[in-house]
Amino acid sequence: MSRIEGGLIDRSRSLGFTFDGKRLKGHPGDTLASALLANGVRLVGRSFKYHRPRGILSAGSEEPNALVELGTGARREPNTRATVVELFDGLAASSQNRWPALGFDALAVNDMLAPFLTAGFYYKTFMWPKSFWETVYEPAIRRAAGLGRLSMQPDPDAYDKGFLHCDLLVIGGGPAGLAAALTAGRAGARVILADEDFRLGGRLLAETHPLDDAPATDWVAAVEAELASLPNVRVLSRTTVFGAFDHGIYGAVQRVADHLPDPGAQVRQSLWRITARRAVLAAGATERHIPFADNDRPGIMLAGAMRAYANRWAVTPLTRPGQRVAVFANNDDGHRTAIDLVARGVNVLAVIDPRPDAPRLGEYQLFAAAQVTGARGRLGLSSIEVTHADGRAHWLEVSALGVSGGWNPNLHLASHHRGRPVWSEGHKAFLPGPDGPAGLSVAGAAAGQGTTHAALTGGARAAQGALADLGIAAALPALPAAEDRPAIPTPFWHVKGRGRAWVDFQNDVTVKDIALSRRENMTSVEHMKRWTTLGMATDQGKTANVTALAVMSELTGKAIPQTGTTIFRPPYTPVSLGVLGGGDTGPHFRPRRLTPTHAWAKAQGAVFVEVGQWMRAQYFPRPGETHWRQSVDREVTATRAGVGLCDVTTLGKIDVQGRDAAAFLDRIYANTMSTLAVGRVRYGVMLREDGIAYDDGTCARLAEDHFVVTTTTANAGLVYRNMEFARQCLWPDLDVQLISTTDAWAQISVAGPRARDLLARIVDGADLSNASFPFMACAELTVCGGLRARLFRISFSGELAYEIAVPARYGNALMARMIEAGADLGATPYGTEALGVLRIEKGHAAGNEINGQTTAQMLGLGKMVSTKKDAIGAVMSRREGLAADTRRLVGLVPVDPAERVVAGSHLFAEGAAQRTETDQGWITSACFSPHLGTHIGLGFLVDGAGRTGEVVIAANPVEGMAVRLRVVSPHFVDPEGGRLRD
Amino acid sequence: MLIPHPLLGPRDAQEFTYLGDASLIDRPDGMADGAEAAFCDYVYLRDNPAGVHRELWFHEFGDRSWLVVTRNTVTHEILGAELAADVARRGR
Repeated sequence: MSRIEGGLIDRSRSLGFTFDGKRLKGHPGDTLASALLANGVRLVGRSFKYHRPRGILSAGSEEPNALVELGTGARREPNTRATVVELFDGLAASSQNRWPALGFDALAVNDMLAPFLTAGFYYKTFMWPKSFWETVYEPAIRRAAGLGRLSMQPDPDAYDKGFLHCDLLVIGGGPAGLAAALTAGRAGARVILADEDFRLGGRLLAETHPLDDAPATDWVAAVEAELASLPNVRVLSRTTVFGAFDHGIYGAVQRVADHLPDPGAQVRQSLWRITARRAVLAAGATERHIPFADNDRPGIMLAGAMRAYANRWAVTPLTRPGQRVAVFANNDDGHRTAIDLVARGVNVLAVIDPRPDAPRLGEYQLFAAAQVTGARGRLGLSSIEVTHADGRAHWLEVSALGVSGGWNPNLHLASHHRGRPVWSEGHKAFLPGPDGPAGLSVAGAAAGQGTTHAALTGGARAAQGALADLGIAAALPALPAAEDRPAIPTPFWHVKGRGRAWVDFQNDVTVKDIALSRRENMTSVEHMKRWTTLGMATDQGKTANVTALAVMSELTGKAIPQTGTTIFRPPYTPVSLGVLGGGDTGPHFRPRRLTPTHAWAKAQGAVFVEVGQWMRAQYFPRPGETHWRQSVDREVTATRAGVGLCDVTTLGKIDVQGRDAAAFLDRIYANTMSTLAVGRVRYGVMLREDGIAYDDGTCARLAEDHFVVTTTTANAGLVYRNMEFARQCLWPDLDVQLISTTDAWAQISVAGPRARDLLARIVDGADLSNASFPFMACAELTVCGGLRARLFRISFSGELAYEIAVPARYGNALMARMIEAGADLGATPYGTEALGVLRIEKGHAAGNEINGQTTAQMLGLGKMVSTKKDAIGAVMSRREGLAADTRRLVGLVPVDPAERVVAGSHLFAEGAAQRTETDQGWITSACFSPHLGTHIGLGFLVDGAGRTGEVVIAANPVEGMAVRLRVVSPHFVDPEGGRLRD
Repeated sequence: MLIPHPLLGPRDAQEFTYLGDASLIDRPDGMADGAEAAFCDYVYLRDNPAGVHRELWFHEFGDRSWLVVTRNTVTHEILGAELAADVARRGR
């Protein structure tokens, strides 16, 4: 066992968990990684490309190696980093990218093929034949090289998103972040402190330095208690700020229930959109490793991580008593690992330091001016080769090696707006540049303030400065005395040698790959990244990028600043798509709108269909009807024989009022509306400014200065937006006001020869005779004994028809009342299917015809576009390219009445070859017409105006169909219009 | 992004619908000579600067005003916002 004394774990309780099915135990306070180490598990994964055995490299979110699958069944989550998974009772983890087992992986043969799998391998090898990439190469590569598997099941967990606002957002809960939050909290500012760990303290938890002669955790606990007592401070633990967005908006994911065996009623994670007036980035630093031959053996880890495991989690990467540890470091900080391990009774064999003047800071053997040049132990480190300055080399038996090449500030968020990190020769590191996100300052190790003292004071000052910008005076708090010994590394970027030395562990990129990239002239950092895939794994190269840059700089002989740097983009760490979706899944994917008669339709057993956001009744099946066509045919027939009722509330309604309302509408519609008499309705068509038709509907004049415009269901929002654009941006001096009343009025279509008879029974005393209320009349009146209503005599079906509108809350009752009142007239509700059949039979254009590619002229409405006035789209509709188009809307019936007409079929002259050049049009709408007893269709046909009676071929190659159709008038029902006028 | 609405203060960009270049306010007169050429430019030609850009945003999930927002398209810095109706009245 490798558990040692001390640590911040609760030994009074045990937590059971499994790894690859093996039952293991840990304690509260453990991560999965520390618990695995405590159980002597060093081998946890296989690498992406070569399937090399891999262990745990780090103790934080930068982990490139220890990626595991968590959970089982639908909750299985691939590619989680064991180093940040908080242990809970019952946690089930398994290794990934190995077959049949972690210890023996058949695809490790890739490692022997390594000479062939170098940088740019895919680009060079799989070029030919072209068709093989998708069918052969890529599937094979995907199987061989990969990460974890998806569960392929719906996510059973719930997610949420929320908005937070604050004066100061502090990102990171280490010494700098805590000092910043304390400073701002005491000043009364609204503060949010977000920390990715489950325990506040950051690096203070991993180190042994006292604060004011007491354990650092005492100070952390005192600050945590004070922050909790301040109502203006909100501490979000287990929360990663993953991106800096525009204008002080930050994205954060809070892992609400990931550490619980079962989330229960809680959401699993929350997405927070934090709007912060100022922010302090105190994200700490990530340690660099030093590439040497076979430096990816399990048991080799970052020296700071090894120290953190010992100090915070009381574990070492050793598996048996008597095993020994070594440290390889180019800086004094790495020596601290040896000091702390010695203090905890761990057998430290040596510190190997390439610096000739390396100090010996504790009770351990020091090899100065020496390097680690090799490692043995395929499934777990067994020995390392140490080579001295004089070339002398010997192998040392060690089971764990800590490596430290210095620290890279975690400046990621500071470069999310393309701010470029700046090389600091003094720090031997990249620091945040001056061009970071506005309002964001950086403090602590993230700003190169590498000592605890510097981090504490840096954090406090950053908060003070940020609040001063906001006019909030903040006093610096008394901060505890802390260590202040900087550990600047002596540049030593990699060990030269023959073996493969890993730079990017997650994407399996070695020093040799970088050298090859350089030989192939991919020397720019951006080219090198893409050629080798370095830094392009899910860890975004947190432990690799700077080292790779330094290696390239050595190879090219250019200084590091001249070699360049890469920047980072959100997310800082991987974010699950589930939490980005929040609660917007399934029926909540978008708002759902119900029509006023929804309850009534549901009670009738209606089948509903989604129409945009609306749920509309599609048809109303009756007992004995087994196919939708039976219901629809019945509804259509009943409407044409008696009277049918349909909820048409979803059509957009825009109320237009003002002295200049008529003049305004003349500019909105292609046709003229100002000549419309009060109490009358006119059909209108609207164009886009480029001359294409985009919407149609009716315009009713209720008073000199009051119109009601209807739009199609789909364009209700767009037409309103465009009309507001015209009113505010184009003609702001017109006296006109607009409001959308779509949801305010329930509107029901009453269509069929008995429509008037039915309406006469509910209208209060109005004369509906043809003489006093003719076709295209409208009126405001009352129904059912005083209910305010609007009546329009308009027809979409070709029948005698009306649309009646009442305040929305009365729609349901009105529908029920009319069905009841019209029982003896055959009153029948019909849905959107029958509505479609009725309008195709009548030859009315709808969305299929007005699809953004057609003109008023093509629709047979060309004469409506007035040339006497300026209206939106009028000028462009007359340009030659559109005006010369001869395609026209035609009706189509099969020559053989048994044949089907299929929308989407293309039209060709009989006998002509069927090619794009000979294409003569297409079918836009088709249905079975109960009225004609055959299928019918509407379509656009070249020279369509003069081809009535001709036979064309409707080609539908997808279904292997070629049907002979006769060109007819699009008005299949009552072409003279007698029915709707009488 | 936050849009500084001249009447309502800073509002989240999610409440808005974006249209594009503010030159769309300058609609040519459809009854004038040469209207077709003028409309061709109006409909199809826009500047797409990397830098300061005046553009139209519609406060669709808000008070339904059209705004002219001056925004740096490189940095997303917003330099100002005013009611499009005010801009249109004074002729840009």
